[in-house]
Amino acid sequence: MTVEVSELRVHYRTLRGSVQALDGASLEVGDGEVMGVVGESGCGKSTLGKSLIRMDGRMRHVGGSVRLGGEELPIADDRAMQRFRYHEVSLIPQYAMSAMNPTRRIGRMIRELLESRGVRYAEVRRELERRLELVGLGADVLKRFPIELSGGMKQRVVLVLSTLRDPSLLIADEATSALDVANQRAVAEALVQFRDRGFIGSMLFITHDLALVAQLADTVTVMYAGRSAESAPTSELLRRPRHPYTRMLLSAVPEVGTTIDESRQEGIPGSPPALLDPPSGCRFKDRCPLAFEQCATRPPFIEVASGHRVACWKAE
Amino acid sequence: MGRYLGRKAVLYALTFFVAVTVNWMIPRFMPGDPVQSMLGRASVSDPQARAAMEDHYARLFGLDVPLWKQYLGFWGSLFQGDLGTSVWLFPTPVTEVLLDAVPYSLVLLLPAILLSWVAGNRFGAFAARSRWLDNTALPLSYLLTATPYMWLGVLLAWGLGVVAGWFPATGAYSFALTPAFTWAFLSDAFAHWVLPFLSLFLVAFGGWAIGMRNLIIYELEADYSAYLRALGAPRRLVRRYAFRNAMLPQITGLALQLGTIVAGSLLTEVVFAYPGLGSLILEALNNRDFFLLQGAFLFIVIGVLIANLVVDVLYVVVDPRTRIQMQGGA
Amino acid sequence: MSLDTAAASGEGQGPSGRRGRDDLRFALRNPKLLAGGTVLAVLLLTGLVGPAFTGGAPNAYVGPQYAPPSGDHWFGTTSFGQDVFTQFVHGLRATFTVGALGGGIAWVLGMAVGFLGGYRGGLLDEFLNMLTNIVLVLPAMVVLIIAAAYLEARGLLVQSLFIGLTTWPWAARAIRAQTFTLAGREFVDLARLSGRRPWRIILREVAPNMYSYLVMSFILLFGGAVLIAAGLDFIGLGPTEGVSLGLMMHHSVAWGALHLGTWWWFVPPGVGITAVVGSLYIANVGLDEVFNPRLREL
Repeated sequence: MTVEVSELRVHYRTLRGSVQALDGASLEVGDGEVMGVVGESGCGKSTLGKSLIRMDGRMRHVGGSVRLGGEELPIADDRAMQRFRYHEVSLIPQYAMSAMNPTRRIGRMIRELLESRGVRYAEVRRELERRLELVGLGADVLKRFPIELSGGMKQRVVLVLSTLRDPSLLIADEATSALDVANQRAVAEALVQFRDRGFIGSMLFITHDLALVAQLADTVTVMYAGRSAESAPTSELLRRPRHPYTRMLLSAVPEVGTTIDESRQEGIPGSPPALLDPPSGCRFKDRCPLAFEQCATRPPFIEVASGHRVACWKAE
Repeated sequence: MGRYLGRKAVLYALTFFVAVTVNWMIPRFMPGDPVQSMLGRASVSDPQARAAMEDHYARLFGLDVPLWKQYLGFWGSLFQGDLGTSVWLFPTPVTEVLLDAVPYSLVLLLPAILLSWVAGNRFGAFAARSRWLDNTALPLSYLLTATPYMWLGVLLAWGLGVVAGWFPATGAYSFALTPAFTWAFLSDAFAHWVLPFLSLFLVAFGGWAIGMRNLIIYELEADYSAYLRALGAPRRLVRRYAFRNAMLPQITGLALQLGTIVAGSLLTEVVFAYPGLGSLILEALNNRDFFLLQGAFLFIVIGVLIANLVVDVLYVVVDPRTRIQMQGGA
Repeated sequence: MSLDTAAASGEGQGPSGRRGRDDLRFALRNPKLLAGGTVLAVLLLTGLVGPAFTGGAPNAYVGPQYAPPSGDHWFGTTSFGQDVFTQFVHGLRATFTVGALGGGIAWVLGMAVGFLGGYRGGLLDEFLNMLTNIVLVLPAMVVLIIAAAYLEARGLLVQSLFIGLTTWPWAARAIRAQTFTLAGREFVDLARLSGRRPWRIILREVAPNMYSYLVMSFILLFGGAVLIAAGLDFIGLGPTEGVSLGLMMHHSVAWGALHLGTWWWFVPPGVGITAVVGSLYIANVGLDEVFNPRLREL
């Protein structure tokens, strides 16, 4: 199913005021597409991922909407969202290594989770084992405790568990960041394979690893300071970036395997604005070499070519 | 499994060794030659008792015997179960006096420890659920743990015992009765048991409740809880996991708190004149019966060590992680 | 290295001033810390200046026997005619002294053992860890009873020293674990590479990064020392001279206050101890919320 996020604004409440972590994020993912969401830490990409499945107590939905296959997701309503979680929208979290209860056997934990969601374990057991096999794990992992598995194995169990209900939307939040390169590749390939087999509908692949996005994603959204800066098919974005921030990101990536965060220190002077009291207008203007008067007003996120949207006055 | 428990056993054996050594050293090396002053201060009228005492001291602290021999002799008599003769209850051996008191201490301690642990954990988990309860019950629990055991005992003895007259406030049973398995005796003993039990229970309860509340909040913020919630698991399941996982450190806490609770029970017994080890210690102090005192010390240390070992075994049974690491698994 | 870790380590060094100001801001609006701190301050002040106002020795026979609280004797008198309030303020002073000294000694020992073991590791750590575990298993109070029983004359100082010597282990264990994780951090490695001496590194790099931890363990040791001292006093092993809250309880129970119904004799000392230790604990929770942002209520 298609996913449309438009002008989503989610703020964090803190004692010093509200942090505008997400302040106008827009993106569209086609059915069966993998979209990479990239940006520096603090750009709001993880907040975006959380907002789509479960907001924690400090997060407030301030505006904007999320549509899944045309139906609006009640992201601000914890109870109403419940119906969608796992069955329709699922998550591979950043912390997949520690995502499983350390004191339960994996199989039992999965059974208890499934049955609490109204799914009979016996009915999905065979499918579960089949998918474990697909990612190279034997059915015996179900009898183990998480501590008995290596990091890569845990990651793959979580991958299978998270996608067992064939969700329409999977949010993979830095799903491979904690792994070594070999495991990263294996998990990324498994994700694509699952998508190809129809286990996963659309996917948001949140990462700061541009190289991985280049391999994996059909489209890319670049986020900056809580907003979408640029969004385009992967090859188009890589070849013809329009937003000055994207250009700097790309030019600062010297070779495959480096991440945005490393490149930032060398390539792009300055640092992102504080989101407690962000500047008005374009949020990149203080670091932007092309900034001019018009940047004092916020540039709209508009389509400049087919499937290519940019939020910059200078983009054409 | 064997390795882990083996390590623990070595630790406890060492601790026992240290305890015995300390027990031997304290009277020997305290400033001002305590042995002499002990003999001098001992208000023993019975000449036979005095002779026996001098004899025993001569054996243990004899001036003509080198230190290492005294030390070995101390261990020797210890292994024969000989802790000396009580001066206060001459000529009863110290071991016998202590063994008579142990049941009373256990009858107070075991239920107080176990019930406060179970109830405190349940209550703590329950309190963590609502902010209102958290804000009222929590400070109360902190006040409870801050209450000196004996003072709560004094308040209960005075309030519920002397003033209200609901329960007797001294002794383990009425003077008119002799211990027997009769309804009259057991109900009387129970009435005497309530107040000392309650004061031990309440103070310990506060501590467990606080511990559980903090642990469960920690567990509810753990990654596995967040993941379950994101996948829409109901509160019930998330809480069940958190509670179970929070119990594990509380089991360890049980071992760590033993010493404090045992000390508390000694004080409580003193308040209620409950004839366990605590009351014996008080009598030993008042009668300068140092053999009894040192014997009581060893008994308590042994009891605490055994309890620690039990807790360790329990922990291994309950926590899969220790089991797996012990089997040498990944 | 990703930005996340870069940001985290940057936070550790750079704006530590801001971190401190933040802590202070939270501290000043934390009700638990404020309530605990206020009660503690009032009691401390009472213990400090009270004796000067009440005048006279705490054990002097100044009034009628068994007098209930009145304008003359705020907390009544004992069965010997001693003024309970005078004893109370002197007792508070003794309580704070034992807490500060006993808790302080245990704190210093705990830090020394914890830092050394956690930072050095190896055989020394094995040994210290064993020692810690042994002292941890031994019931402190019972050891103290034995030791105190053999002392002819007992004073606050000796009592504090003994308490300090027996109660340090859990703090040492906690500090060791923290030191262990900090010792592996980059900024500590850096300091080590630059050839600084271990104790300087511990004091300059390790300790400041766990100061909240250290403060809180001192508070708990302080409270523990007060409770243990009260217990010792209660069974008659308190200071042979002077007065303490525990001794007041000892005398009241020993002279039958329970059955005579002279509640004003045994209630105030218990309230005093509970208030001191309880407000310490509650302030400690407040501190925990201040230092640990996850617990901060929004």
